[in-house]
Amino acid sequence: MTTSSSERGVSLGMPELPAPAYPDDVRVRLEADARDVIARYPDSRSALLPLLHLVQSEEGHVTRTGMRFCADMLDLTTAEVSAVATFYTMYRRKASGDYQVGVCTNTLCAVMGGDEIFETLQEHLGVGNGETTGDGKVTLEHIECNAACDFAPVVMVNWEFFDNQTPGSAKRLVDDLRAGRPVQPTRGARMCTFKETARMLAGFPDERPGAVEEGGSAGPASLVGLRLARGEAAPARVVHPRGGPHEEPQDTTSVDQDAEEGE
Amino acid sequence: MTVAAELKDTSPEKLLAPVLSAFWDEDRSWTLDVYRRHEGYEGLRKALAMSPDDLIAYVKDSGLRGRGGAGFPTGMKWQFIPQGDGKPHYLVVNADESEPGTCKDIPLLFANPHSLIEGIVIACYAIRSSHAFIYLRGEVVPVLRRLHEAVREAYVAGYLGENILGSGLDLQLTVHAGAGAYICGEETALLDSLEGRRGQPRLRPPFPAVEGLYACPTVVNNVESIASVPAILKKGKDWFRSMGSEKSPGFTLYSLSGHVASPGQYEAPLGITLRQLLDMSGGMRPGHCLKFWTPGGSSTPMFTDEHLDVPLDYEGVGAAGSMLGTKALQCFDETTCVVRAVTRWTEFYAHESCGKCTPCREGTYWLVQLLRDIEAGKGAMSDLDKLADIADNINGKSFCALGDGAASPIFSSLKYFREEYEQHITGRGCPFDPAKSTAWADRPEVNA
Repeated sequence: MTTSSSERGVSLGMPELPAPAYPDDVRVRLEADARDVIARYPDSRSALLPLLHLVQSEEGHVTRTGMRFCADMLDLTTAEVSAVATFYTMYRRKASGDYQVGVCTNTLCAVMGGDEIFETLQEHLGVGNGETTGDGKVTLEHIECNAACDFAPVVMVNWEFFDNQTPGSAKRLVDDLRAGRPVQPTRGARMCTFKETARMLAGFPDERPGAVEEGGSAGPASLVGLRLARGEAAPARVVHPRGGPHEEPQDTTSVDQDAEEGE
Repeated sequence: MTVAAELKDTSPEKLLAPVLSAFWDEDRSWTLDVYRRHEGYEGLRKALAMSPDDLIAYVKDSGLRGRGGAGFPTGMKWQFIPQGDGKPHYLVVNADESEPGTCKDIPLLFANPHSLIEGIVIACYAIRSSHAFIYLRGEVVPVLRRLHEAVREAYVAGYLGENILGSGLDLQLTVHAGAGAYICGEETALLDSLEGRRGQPRLRPPFPAVEGLYACPTVVNNVESIASVPAILKKGKDWFRSMGSEKSPGFTLYSLSGHVASPGQYEAPLGITLRQLLDMSGGMRPGHCLKFWTPGGSSTPMFTDEHLDVPLDYEGVGAAGSMLGTKALQCFDETTCVVRAVTRWTEFYAHESCGKCTPCREGTYWLVQLLRDIEAGKGAMSDLDKLADIADNINGKSFCALGDGAASPIFSSLKYFREEYEQHITGRGCPFDPAKSTAWADRPEVNA
């Protein structure tokens, strides 16, 4: 915010040349998608946020080429596009990992253990906030409240929910991600990469068979009031299945539990 | 009234009233099939049998008030839309749930998205809109996935698209994912964002009802407000008014979180108290007691255990010096450092301040500097008055409510916990051990 352009390493001499365009085949494909997005709005500029998600789905972050593409499609200047792209935190401005691991450190999650989880992961992965592991798999960051406080502490991976985490479960989670082992969120569908997630955010539905069903109808905490209202006893404190010391296989446990909750 | 009598009964069956959450535990609760099995889209049929003006009057008479924080009467918002003006009208649903502590719309949309879609069709018929938008925060992909599917199902079934149920109503519904900015929950910032701009609030007037999206008349409603409309139509406004109070009628979702035995969603008539909710759900976690809590997210002034019996409705919470807000009941026990909690919330407001107006942009920055020093034991006693002074210069002097929200935790924590701030200063550090506050603090085996 307060960094001057020279501190950011931007040369003040020769103006930056326009960004290169996408290769023809990429451009043709993205243009078709972009026209699809633009058609959803009465005014084309409304498509800018989805289009930035779209170019992020192509390259994993918003590049100058991506911003130029958005500008061309919407008849805006690259400065107008850049002003928007830099306002919103979900647009990455540098190459990042396949899995964006966000630890909620807003007050409630922080107090419930989010701070400890975030510190543990920084140490475990050897990266700081916003940094990516050497294998390009995991980008770690702290995030703000993600509307799941009844499941605190919360970790998000590519904006899928991993509820009721502990330092131990979070370490296993990133280890699984880095090793390419299948990972199932507590609510939501099996993991996909950051680029695939970005495509959904651009407004293209998840086409993987069964993805919409996965994760059950509601998480356990969402149902405590309903159960009480039906005269069922207050549940024992919700303990996340991944939270146990050495439960195996943790991910299956979580799915089974959700399936039971759905019945 | 019978409701008052019933509220004296302490059983959860009497105190709670699941409506929107009534079938969240059913298999595939989010599908059109299950929604229809629970009389889904029956409210729409009743609405379409009325004239749009009668429909607006009906919703107004029900007394439904906004569930997103401000509590403005929903029917009145609809009534403000000028008719016969020749301009397109828009409905924009605010699904940018980001207020710290707030977690009701996300589980609602995950488990029961059709209640929102039905409400949208009803609202659009009332305000004569043929294009509605759901502005969903981007960071909740599981919900986005279900909304995409629910909208697709609704189009196929003829609840969206052309000539809906033969009524002549045409309606297009666009699901729009945001990109990470708390400020976009502010309705005019949301509109700018939906127009493809930086999300910064607009000067009012003109209000969105006159010049909203694309400078056309626009209603912006919270998810829960709109999702509550079908039930009102289906079961009647008298049924709705049989719950809650005269000025705060109806049911709503309360979200209990933090150091409680059973965090989660509790749908109840307005006016239930935190004591009642805690009593029925196992109270605070074993061996601990309540220290402070928010009635409706971090932007609503905090309460203490003195306020356990405040009726959680718009008037009750207001009279006790706070706001009902989003009914996000974040409960913290005696292990929690209030200075740490407020510092973290303030860092959030500083991060999310859009930068448009000076009091908020500069004020939140300076609050963070002072609070970090105090928390680290490097503060001076004079800093406490300075905190209050800066908060006073933000509160009511900012462009939008984000600034007021940033001042709330400062004022209220100084009011109830000034001694704890002083301890940090005189003791040159924080007297609390954060390890004792964690979810696993009393379960050492978990953190293997």
